[in-house]
Amino acid sequence: MSWALFTFVIATLRAATPLLLAALGGVFSERSGVVNIALEGIMLAGAWGAVYVSFLTGSAWLGLLGAIAIGVVMAGLHAIASIKYHADQVVSGTAINLLATGFTEFMLNRVWGQGGGSPKVASLPDIGPLNLIVYIAFGLAILSWVVLYRTPWGLRLRSVGEHPLAADTLGINVFKMRYAGVLLSGVLGGLAGAALSIGLLSRFVRGMSAGKGFIALAAMIFGNWNPIGAMGATLLFGAAQSLSTIFQLMGIEGIPSQFFNMIPYVLTMLILAGFVGKSVAPAADGVPYKKTT
Amino acid sequence: MPEEARWKETLKQGLRTFAVPVLATVVGLAVGILCIIVAGKDPVKAAQAFVQAVAGSPRMFGNVLVSTIPLIFTGLAVAFAYRAGLFNIGVEGQYLVAQVATVVVGVWWTPPQGFAWLHPILALAAGAVAGAIWGGIVGLLKAWKGVHEVINSIMMNWIALFLCDWLLKTYLRPDNSRASSYDLQETAWLTQGLIPGSRLHTGIWIALATAVVVWFILFKTSLGYEIRAVGYSPGAAEYGGISVAKALILTMAISGAIAGMAGSVQTMGLNHRFNETSTLVGYGFDGIAVALVGRLHPVGVCLAALLFGALDASSPLMQAMADVPKAVVSIVQGIVILFVAAESLWNFLQKRSAKKGVPAA
Repeated sequence: MSWALFTFVIATLRAATPLLLAALGGVFSERSGVVNIALEGIMLAGAWGAVYVSFLTGSAWLGLLGAIAIGVVMAGLHAIASIKYHADQVVSGTAINLLATGFTEFMLNRVWGQGGGSPKVASLPDIGPLNLIVYIAFGLAILSWVVLYRTPWGLRLRSVGEHPLAADTLGINVFKMRYAGVLLSGVLGGLAGAALSIGLLSRFVRGMSAGKGFIALAAMIFGNWNPIGAMGATLLFGAAQSLSTIFQLMGIEGIPSQFFNMIPYVLTMLILAGFVGKSVAPAADGVPYKKTT
Repeated sequence: MPEEARWKETLKQGLRTFAVPVLATVVGLAVGILCIIVAGKDPVKAAQAFVQAVAGSPRMFGNVLVSTIPLIFTGLAVAFAYRAGLFNIGVEGQYLVAQVATVVVGVWWTPPQGFAWLHPILALAAGAVAGAIWGGIVGLLKAWKGVHEVINSIMMNWIALFLCDWLLKTYLRPDNSRASSYDLQETAWLTQGLIPGSRLHTGIWIALATAVVVWFILFKTSLGYEIRAVGYSPGAAEYGGISVAKALILTMAISGAIAGMAGSVQTMGLNHRFNETSTLVGYGFDGIAVALVGRLHPVGVCLAALLFGALDASSPLMQAMADVPKAVVSIVQGIVILFVAAESLWNFLQKRSAKKGVPAA
């Protein structure tokens, strides 16, 4: 029994890690007032970037940097379109997701000449029973909370997401803060991708984000746009995911795995509707800021 | 205004409306060509392959139209909702549940003697209703609890994926070794071969008819007026005596029904069964591209659907003849959406026409 429990905890932490990193990215972007459904694409591109650089250099550490770099580029496109050119942020995010799908497939074909996946590359080391990236993710969750709620910079970031005009009046550069929020989501989204490809695995597989960016989005909402809340949510979603696997391994029938898979989405809808708890988005989330002259 | 001047004015307005999507498409295709060059392939060969795939023979053109059919529906669904200020990113889920509903009616209901014609109609209706419910829930939660439709539609997409997967594996297939449902009874199939040799089916007429109906609802009925009014300004609409809640729910339900018809028509005309799918394929995202490039107008949507349908249908031949990876199509789509969305990027166009004394759009 204790072995089963141990396996369950490990599986939960592993499943939660990429979700947590991406959800933290979502928190920074949306706290600054930019809706980021591009997380899925940022994550996919990050997963590819990590493997590509690790493949070229043989170093997983440089791979980690590669993931961050491409995550920032993807998020940068989203930032320019939605902050500078006032694009509908959901539309722009959709475009980034399509671009990431196309780009990674294209490069997969070009670099390794095959459509399905990359060869095995150097991955991040394990520490004890878990991969390094798991510790990084949970460490970053706490760090993110401190930055957002215990530093002046965090207060400024949150203020441009709640009331940009007031923040502007107080001399805060709304555009700069929003760029910072979205680019940080690129860093964290890229790391989330790296967690998938060179953390929990050691290769890139076509379309490997497989909707995890959207679960991360759900976790961010479920966690009320708060890093610690998002951590709790990703643990819950991770538990749901690993529970279904463990049930299958133990041969427990009765609850189809599909229902476990639905849990994050159903819970998110329920909490948003106020049937369980309550979750409120930053007031100016998704509203482009235009300076009136 | 004399007839000729009025024509000119209409033409000018049309040009202005479509300038941005046309330019965005040009940018997208340019990036696509760049990708082909970067990949070390021959763009001229690729272009030849494209032309041949699109217009090489009537059969080829028929297959372009086959790819166009679902895009017309999904594009209309997104455009319809957008008119009310709603972003229906849930097309994919509505498409999936509709396919299952159509399979249920198409497989298990046998029309009585002499009523075979009723079979596709009922199977289509079942899909539309399923899509309407799936979309309607999102509209209802928005109207009732104020939950943003984007988040809930994304959630509903994934719930649909797992629900349909479970239904397929538990009820809809004869045995576990099969990756698809039972086949539809032939009475529920749409007639294929409108162009001999191609798989073009009568779904094209249903798609075009739906475009006409959407145009009629949007621009010729009071419901359409209310929907557009809510899209411009919900506050003003409410003040003007329009029930915003009703408009939101109805819009999402109708949009969902249109998206559902995409799934039904695809099932009845092409697949004749529900195929197992482990992830979302992106029909909904295609619809977003089509709606935006089509400027949210049914005519524009049909044209944009034809464009993306041609890209889609030509990609196998471009792959075979010029070794162009299929991924280039996604890249082109992404770029086009990005450039249509970044509206103020194109402000310089408007400024120029404003200088010439043309009122800004």
